[in-house]
Amino acid sequence: MFEFFRNLDRRWVFLAMLLAVALPILLGARFPEDPSPMVRSVFEAIDNLPEGSRVLLALDYDPASEGELHPMAAAFTRQCALKNHKMYFMTLWPPGTVMVQKQITMLEREFPDYEYGIDYVNMGFRPGYEGPIKLIVTDLKKAIAADVQGTSLDQIPLTRDLKNIQQMDLIINVSAGYPGAKEWVLYASTPYGIPTVAGTTGVQSPLLMPYIPNQLTGMLGAIKAAAEYEQLLIDEYPQLKENRQAQEALRRMGPQLVAHVFLIVLILIGNAIYFIERRRSR
Amino acid sequence: MNRENLIWLTLMLLGGGFLLINAGTKYSETGTVNGSVYVQEIVVEPEADAPPIVTYERTMASLRNEPGVSFSLSRTIGVWAAALCTLAVFSFLWGDNPLYKLAESVFVGVSAAYAMVVGFWTEIVQNLLGNLLPALMRQTLLPGLDTAKTTEWEYVVPLILGVMMIWRLAPSGGWIARWPLAFFIGATAGIRLISYLESDFVQQINNTILPLVVLSADRTIDIWSSVKNITIVFGVFVSLVYFFFSVEHTGTVGALARVGIWLLMITFGASFGYTVMGRVALLAARLEFIFDEWLWLIDPLQRRLGL
Repeated sequence: MFEFFRNLDRRWVFLAMLLAVALPILLGARFPEDPSPMVRSVFEAIDNLPEGSRVLLALDYDPASEGELHPMAAAFTRQCALKNHKMYFMTLWPPGTVMVQKQITMLEREFPDYEYGIDYVNMGFRPGYEGPIKLIVTDLKKAIAADVQGTSLDQIPLTRDLKNIQQMDLIINVSAGYPGAKEWVLYASTPYGIPTVAGTTGVQSPLLMPYIPNQLTGMLGAIKAAAEYEQLLIDEYPQLKENRQAQEALRRMGPQLVAHVFLIVLILIGNAIYFIERRRSR
Repeated sequence: MNRENLIWLTLMLLGGGFLLINAGTKYSETGTVNGSVYVQEIVVEPEADAPPIVTYERTMASLRNEPGVSFSLSRTIGVWAAALCTLAVFSFLWGDNPLYKLAESVFVGVSAAYAMVVGFWTEIVQNLLGNLLPALMRQTLLPGLDTAKTTEWEYVVPLILGVMMIWRLAPSGGWIARWPLAFFIGATAGIRLISYLESDFVQQINNTILPLVVLSADRTIDIWSSVKNITIVFGVFVSLVYFFFSVEHTGTVGALARVGIWLLMITFGASFGYTVMGRVALLAARLEFIFDEWLWLIDPLQRRLGL
């Protein structure tokens, strides 16, 4: 047995991991989620705002992180729409325009009363990494003259009287890296005190923890937090219970559990081999 | 034929055979092949005398016989291309191979072209030309531009800097590109220095100044909040001790530094755990796409009800 694991070709491990993730998907395995205090703090930051509040949704991610971050972005958008908040979409990532468009398509399908220009606006992509954040905190229209369709922001009712994003009641950032949540903290949240919440990839989450709660009101870290958020949203808004699109992260937790158990077993086996080899070499 | 090629050939034959059987089964069951995408025609009536605008929105395959619903060849090719590219990238786990190289090259090329086109339209056309030549842009590329907008001459500065930047492509005078580069580096360093000092230094010190004994509303000690605050303050202190190299790490300092390195290791472990979670989530998303949209083995969103 020892020799078998010691000489095991790593490609068998890849195959086993593939099966560990694939089988729960094929079998539709689901597990209950209990929202953590951190997830509740993010939920309350959006839910406690008065109806019709201004919310900036900065979706700074691309298709490479979509599997992890799209459920968060969709949950944030749904919650804002259910609370009748005014949404201002933008992105600092070139492929982010597609991610924003997906949220807008979802809004059009699930909330047909939501009207473009009155209830939400798509300000599109801004190049320059953190540069646009630095500009829009003081002068929005200096950095973003028009929406994604080329219509001047002065002609759109939602943005006509908007001078800068200090007038936002909340910034929601969904971030896959640079530029992302850290830059929003550095250039908007900390210097101007604009309340900010973030949804981030697992890789980023530990690095952003020190900003909570003073510089970031709350954060959804990785798919686990997204699943808890979806559960909380369903608990608070039961009309979403039958909406399968609103349960994407919940579906992904089945494969997560099996894959994590498998990985723990691999770590235990690897350590056991290491210690046995060390003892034999003495 | 060597062993590697034999395995590749077997995998290809097995995969191709499975695809054919799956497609045949789906066709006999539903009258359509897996991976097919159907769209609903949506006609938007314009306000003026302009012709109506027709858009197409993805719809359920089970509605394919309804009026206004048609088969979308381009979107179907998209689903098949995405699925085959995913498999090509996964094939790298077996070893480097031409399929992986092809998928990688396509990804790099498409990403670069996409970023360039988006950057051109949003920054050069909308931001630069829209501010320098508003009347011309209104007549040509940006009909929605505000009619009251006039030329903003300060945008001549970024135009000149931009031209200087691409001067490096010219056969001579490449040194001219160093000046705008120096400007950008200097400006970025200045902007970042201030922000990092405020957010990552001063504010982080502020975040660590915490009461070690937390009292609740009824003036009793909140044990868990107190333990949490003590852990944060102690953790920051011992981690800083580890990075303090002006004193030899022996005795009390050595013991504290050792605790510091343990805490750092626990943090790295947590980061690794989060990374694993993220990667598994991405793998699950891709497999869900393959099983659902391509192979039609599962239907979590009930898109094919009634098929």
